[in-house]
Amino acid sequence: MNTPIVSSNDLLTVDHLSVDFKTRHGVVHAVRDISLYLRRGETLGVVGESGSGKSVTSYALMGLLDRAGQVSAGSAVYSGMDLLPTDESIMRDIRGREISMIFQNPRAALNPIRTVGAQIADVLLQHQQCTRQNARAKAIEALSHVRIRDPQQRVDAYPFELSGGMCQRVVIAMALACKPRILIADEPTTGLDVTTQRAVMELVRDLTREHGMATILITHDLGLAGEYCDRVSIMQNGEIVESGQAAEIFQRPTHPYTQKLVKATPHGATHVRDLLPDTDATTPETSDQADKPVESERTTVQYPSNGQSTTGQSPIWKLAPLLQVIELRRRFAGKRSFADLLARRPAQAFEAVKGISFDIWPGQSVGLVGESGCGKSTTSAMVMRLLDSSDGSIRFKGQDISLIRRESFVHHAMRRSLQMVFQDPTDSLNPRFSAADSIADPLRRLMGMRDTNAIKARVNELADMVGLPVSLLSRLPHQLSGGQKARVGIARAIASEPDLLILDEPTAALDVSVQAIVLNLLVDLRVRTGMAYLFVSHDLEVVRLMCDRVIVMRGGEIVEQGPTATVLTNPTHEYTRALLSAAPRPPAASPIELELEHV
Amino acid sequence: MANTNFISHVRYVVTSNPITLLAMSLFALILLTAVFGPYLVPYDPMASTARALEAPNWQHWFGTDHLGRDVFSRVVVATRLDLLISVSAVGLSFVVGASLGGIAGYWGGWLDSTFGRLMDTIMAFPLFVLAMGIVAASGNTVQNVVIATAIINLPFYARVARAEVVVRRQAGWVQASQLAGNGPWRVLFGRILPNALPPMMVQISLNMGWAILNAAGLSFIGLGVRAPTAEWGIMVAEGASYIVSGQWWLVLFPGAALMLAVFTFNLLGDGLRDIVDPQRRT
Repeated sequence: MNTPIVSSNDLLTVDHLSVDFKTRHGVVHAVRDISLYLRRGETLGVVGESGSGKSVTSYALMGLLDRAGQVSAGSAVYSGMDLLPTDESIMRDIRGREISMIFQNPRAALNPIRTVGAQIADVLLQHQQCTRQNARAKAIEALSHVRIRDPQQRVDAYPFELSGGMCQRVVIAMALACKPRILIADEPTTGLDVTTQRAVMELVRDLTREHGMATILITHDLGLAGEYCDRVSIMQNGEIVESGQAAEIFQRPTHPYTQKLVKATPHGATHVRDLLPDTDATTPETSDQADKPVESERTTVQYPSNGQSTTGQSPIWKLAPLLQVIELRRRFAGKRSFADLLARRPAQAFEAVKGISFDIWPGQSVGLVGESGCGKSTTSAMVMRLLDSSDGSIRFKGQDISLIRRESFVHHAMRRSLQMVFQDPTDSLNPRFSAADSIADPLRRLMGMRDTNAIKARVNELADMVGLPVSLLSRLPHQLSGGQKARVGIARAIASEPDLLILDEPTAALDVSVQAIVLNLLVDLRVRTGMAYLFVSHDLEVVRLMCDRVIVMRGGEIVEQGPTATVLTNPTHEYTRALLSAAPRPPAASPIELELEHV
Repeated sequence: MANTNFISHVRYVVTSNPITLLAMSLFALILLTAVFGPYLVPYDPMASTARALEAPNWQHWFGTDHLGRDVFSRVVVATRLDLLISVSAVGLSFVVGASLGGIAGYWGGWLDSTFGRLMDTIMAFPLFVLAMGIVAASGNTVQNVVIATAIINLPFYARVARAEVVVRRQAGWVQASQLAGNGPWRVLFGRILPNALPPMMVQISLNMGWAILNAAGLSFIGLGVRAPTAEWGIMVAEGASYIVSGQWWLVLFPGAALMLAVFTFNLLGDGLRDIVDPQRRT
């Protein structure tokens, strides 16, 4: 808990702020007695995991708390005026002109049926910064400030015509249109690709300096805060547990929670072994072991390194790959427009996957990396037989499963060997099913288990394998935390003892400390069961920790593939290099022991 | 354990919202009247007496009609028939409509277009006139009133179900249930449609009100239930001609009963939704 040092340079001083919410189960103290200060020209990072109260703090400052929430104590002084008891009419004037905010999902923050120019003009008109006559010119100027190319054309674009990164620039343009003195950025780059994230964050940083503003960056990503913030405050359970210079926090975190966060954030120095207390999993960093098989209970196999030569002293077992994807393609037919109909030409087709080939060997962990729209999800859906392929073949255990249609594969014997863990743990659980029901589903359908007691025993066993307390099995998804839901999803996927598990960004929706635990769990499970993983991710640091091989995709094509260590340390393709350099790099951390606990 | 959870959840929903509490109490009253009413009424609802057209008094609380029958007894006894017609009509249109809409939403393509146009066709008619036509064409029976009421309500369920299924079709948990080896029918009827229940519940409660009005309306114009059966619509129709001569009680009491029932069902919607929505449970 830091007491603010009062200085004439302070733009905003938050003093002992507390926010309470009234709920069905009594009062929840979302923010407890926090103090902050913000100086001209600096960027303050407020870092915390979900539920830490970081967003509530910003809503309280903007006077945007919903009806159940109330500031119970403290003050927030902005240029000599306390913002908290200020009435709505004054706040409306301050919002946008003095303090602006940008939100997490740029598409949701823009009105879909109005052009971006009109939306920027709205803000300007609201605060009397322009007239009807020069609104358009001012909007174009605002767009050029956020480095949007061809602002004269883009000003008439609708949000759906722009990419996610472009939309976020428009939102920033709106936020900065009235030249505010404080910008609050609430998770501005969540959901954006790393290269876009870099562009957006650099833009925010440069604009902060140019306009002499101050920025509060609210994020769950310690790496991002470390790279772009001057000072960082770490929040946990509504309290600030540690504040200080960004580099200081990274190199010498003093609070145990900060230490845990720094440790759990995967960056260059961390190995998956650092997150694992005492397992002798192979270290993917050492290149000669990169393709070494994981010892398993079910199969002990030897497979070639780099796909050509074999390693190891043990006899060469010429085994076939578990999965062979050969020249796989997927076309999506576009809508046949009226003009197409008149011209008697077929609808414009879009090819999402343009002839890709790769192998996965038994027990191997392969990373599939790329930015949104690169075709990685389409590829994994085709391998999973959730989507029919247009061309090419998918040979699984020697059989071409691309010939089996999606509908009939449900009852195919191979179904139980191919399973998947989905991206969003919340979205992947039936809201009406308890955790036990979800895990039991594949047991009933795929394993033909009928005996209630046997199912119950197996569900308990699976829950135990993924570290889910048995007492939580009767709960519905919304009664579980993110990490617990992820565990349920994993337990369900491994219930049928699959040979290949596709992990579609399994930790993208999780907090870093939970991510560390889930990643460890996955490594553990692979060692125990000998499953092969296809790890789909946009996060190269996670892939570095989890995978033996990595495939980099862009625009439906594979641009580079090979052993993880080789590809991620000596990338040959420029796109891989761009991806690597775009990932935020926090100041190097000193090694700290991470304590694993139930989430 | 799940059961005690459910009961405590129902208790929470009912007690947290006074309107739901009111709606639930009125619904319980209507239900009890429908079940026990016929055994408790003071007079035989069909028995004519010489005391015709008496104003409400201590012997006949709601007065007597032109044949000397006790209006109170008739209003109470009619509850069962009206409730039965509307419940079975709404039940029928819910089951058929949700299935058609679910299938259209899940498979899409030509099925969706076909069902969609079919529903549009039904909705293109003035609904009450369509119901009249169906009953007139297929025979003047209570059963046909039920079917006609079900048909005119069908599009509402089909549309709600279709929209809810389309939203959920691509959800992670739907894909996960396919991976768990569930065929399309089980995915649709066992997994997706139960999740579409909360908005459907609101539709059901609104439709119950309409269905009662519709059944009463049909009997008012002489279709479906016929005199001398005790039914709110017939009673209003019979009493209508006596308003000018000042015998207001013939119309007022069955009309008020009708209004109360429709009012109750309309209020009930939000409460029902909260009860079937697992997210509202703690």
